[in-house]
Amino acid sequence: MADGSLGVLAPARSYVDIAVLWVRAAWAYPTSFLMLILGSLLITALDFVGIWVMFASIDTLGGFGLREIALLYGATGVGIGFADTLIGSVERIGIYVRTGRLDQMLTKPVPLLVQVCADQFTLRRLGRISQAGIVFGWAATYVDWTPARVLVALMMVVSSTVIFFALFTGFSCIQFWTTDSSEFANAFTYGGNTMTEYPLSIFPREIMLALTFVLPIAFVNWYPCLYLLGREDPFGLPTWLQFCSPIAAVVSLAGALLIWRSGVRHYTSTGS
Amino acid sequence: MSLIEVRDLERTFVLRRRSGGLRRAPSTVPAVHDLSFSIEAGEMVGYIGPNGAGKSTTIKMLTGILVPTSGEIRVAGLEPSARRTDLARRIGVVFGQRTTLWWDLPLRDSFGLLQKIYRVPDDRFRRNLDEFLELLDLGPLLDTPVRQLSLGQRMRGDIAAALLHDPEILYLDEPTIGLDVISKGRLREFLRTLNAERGTTLLLTTHDLQDIEALCRRVIVIDHGTAIFDGPLTDLHRQGGSTRTLVVDLVDAGPAIEVPGAVAWKVEGPRQWLSFPADASAAPIVAAVAVAYDVADLSIQEPAIEDVIRDLYSATEPRP
Amino acid sequence: MLHVAVATRAFRRYSTYTAATMAGIFTNSVFGVIYSFAYLALWHENHDAGGYDATDAVTYVWLGQALLMTVALWGGGTTDDLAERIRTGDVAIDLYRPVGLLGWYLAGDLGRATYHLLTRGLAPTFIGILLFDIRMPAGPLAAAAFLVSLPLAVTVSFALRFLVAATAFWLLDASGPRVLSGALALFFSGMVLPLVLFPGWLGTLATALPWSAIIQVPNDLWLGQYPGADVLAAIGFQLAWALALLACCALVLRAATRKVVLQGG
Repeated sequence: MADGSLGVLAPARSYVDIAVLWVRAAWAYPTSFLMLILGSLLITALDFVGIWVMFASIDTLGGFGLREIALLYGATGVGIGFADTLIGSVERIGIYVRTGRLDQMLTKPVPLLVQVCADQFTLRRLGRISQAGIVFGWAATYVDWTPARVLVALMMVVSSTVIFFALFTGFSCIQFWTTDSSEFANAFTYGGNTMTEYPLSIFPREIMLALTFVLPIAFVNWYPCLYLLGREDPFGLPTWLQFCSPIAAVVSLAGALLIWRSGVRHYTSTGS
Repeated sequence: MSLIEVRDLERTFVLRRRSGGLRRAPSTVPAVHDLSFSIEAGEMVGYIGPNGAGKSTTIKMLTGILVPTSGEIRVAGLEPSARRTDLARRIGVVFGQRTTLWWDLPLRDSFGLLQKIYRVPDDRFRRNLDEFLELLDLGPLLDTPVRQLSLGQRMRGDIAAALLHDPEILYLDEPTIGLDVISKGRLREFLRTLNAERGTTLLLTTHDLQDIEALCRRVIVIDHGTAIFDGPLTDLHRQGGSTRTLVVDLVDAGPAIEVPGAVAWKVEGPRQWLSFPADASAAPIVAAVAVAYDVADLSIQEPAIEDVIRDLYSATEPRP
Repeated sequence: MLHVAVATRAFRRYSTYTAATMAGIFTNSVFGVIYSFAYLALWHENHDAGGYDATDAVTYVWLGQALLMTVALWGGGTTDDLAERIRTGDVAIDLYRPVGLLGWYLAGDLGRATYHLLTRGLAPTFIGILLFDIRMPAGPLAAAAFLVSLPLAVTVSFALRFLVAATAFWLLDASGPRVLSGALALFFSGMVLPLVLFPGWLGTLATALPWSAIIQVPNDLWLGQYPGADVLAAIGFQLAWALALLACCALVLRAATRKVVLQGG
């Protein structure tokens, strides 16, 4: 009955199949869809205007200039934008528990995480991703590019997406235990994003260490960007950290998946 | 080995009651207790019991949504909670009150997506889809978003969706709830055909005794988490000592009707309620009443599940 | 009396969401910490930017976080109920009630705001005091002015949200205007950056718009940024916008009622 499943690739294919369906459904109303993206592009532009206004009063913040901060801002914005797109309905898992939709998903031969992430897949975040990308692109023109730096930049984009994905997923799992506190995750996901819009040198050492070794949010943009900008680590931490974003990504993802598995196990052991 | 095997199944829930402030007094509720049965391939089994008896809990454990507290379950040789996705390919589930279809999308898209998810080869998918579209009269509804469908239409869509991948077992949880009489009849007809032609094993939980009468040769009755009856339907009536009721509207009010085989237990003006054994035919009683009395109208009431089960416990005492 | 009852009921209703409130307080605090350090860094570079000193700036952050849910800047107030009821059509019932719909929802929002002030308002403030150097109100007059400004701030925010929700009478889906107005509110209320930092024409514009009445004005009253009689002018500014916007709401409501009656929603 089960024709050759492609092993590891099978979940990815299911994800794409489901996601494509949602995109097609949204595309049934093209004007509304495009307006939404355009709208979110303009709205997130306001976000960067805030930073630009900041620099009307100062020249550097935490020792970093506007263009350097723009690089940080763009990098973290792209990462969280991609991650936000990939996670689909993970943030809403509490609602799915309550409405019984989670049970229905469990009767299908697709891993639960894939189904939840693909559910109500939307390209709404394209606006935010584009805005962050534009800012990053502008800042990137001031970077002294070398092949190594290009590689680090690419790794940074992928790693930041994975790290934010892990944050979204891991912290949303609290909804398996208490369905009411979905806002808890925001402190780490959107909070993490906001934190990394600024150079971490504005924070005390303890916070920076926490963001490096406890929750690897600093690897989203800070360490790779130090390398891209050719800057010394203001806290005096070793330079090799600047190449470690993929490791941080793998570690975060593993952690998030473990938490997810534990959450699902809790759900199936206690019912709703 | 049987297709579905359940042995000494236990499932307890811990209820966290908040008794003021943060203090919680936990209490355990045994939802399923000491449950054992086996179902062979091709059977059509009714799984009935009052509300809260543990029917949904059992189905959840059979489909792998819920882990048993103890005991053994094997479905198609697999342990449901451990091999959930493998098992999912071989079963279909229809929830009566919630749809498995994608709410905002047209029916056609849901089916197309399910084909991809279940990896059904094109030719088999086409064949199944055409057959179900015809039998369930879904053709004109293919492009309608699921949220715009009526309850009956949605139920038919759900059933088709659950069968597109040729599952060996179909679980139906209250499938006819909220449907009108005609739709119920057609649905039952479809399920009968399904079982006869494809040998799909059916496990049906329902409150509607008519569903059971129409579809199931075997019935498992569950009450307070444990099976109190497991056998042919005909035995159920006999064992439970359940009775049916003949409601007679006489032309004029009169004293209690007396006919062999029935007992009048309620008289309200010209209307009288007569009870007689459920496995007996109503025909001779009706004839006897019509001959001896001036009858304006009469009807037959089936016993409710609750009554059947209640009677199961007090089998010595014929009602009322 | 009726409106007090409506407000009390709203207060009680929102108080059942304890887990959500805790999560919210946590999030508020985290953002409070982030912005505090950001502003400290900024004021380190420019010691009296916008007429604030560093302590003013950090106080501003925590006041903003404290007020955020109270004024329901993005939503989360009773106007969300309104939008939902318009979508489902239930609002038709509201329109025929003998009590004014506007007053009803406003009373409810003020009740909700009181609950959020006491929970998500006070809690982050205490945390801010614990972690950072916070400036307390300059004197009893400043404290009183601040308290007076709060219901006005909530009212202005309510009126803006009401107008956005009311677009649902004409558009099928109010989520577009809602997201847009949320972004504008965030920016022009001073949550992203204190309006006092906005340069040139942008600054003048921002201080004139109604959103500044929601966060910037109460914060400045607390910080004692208005010398002497300017305090009254600030409160008057809030009052003026509150009345003007409520009048707009009433007009929009009248048009909406007419639409519902004529077209059946």
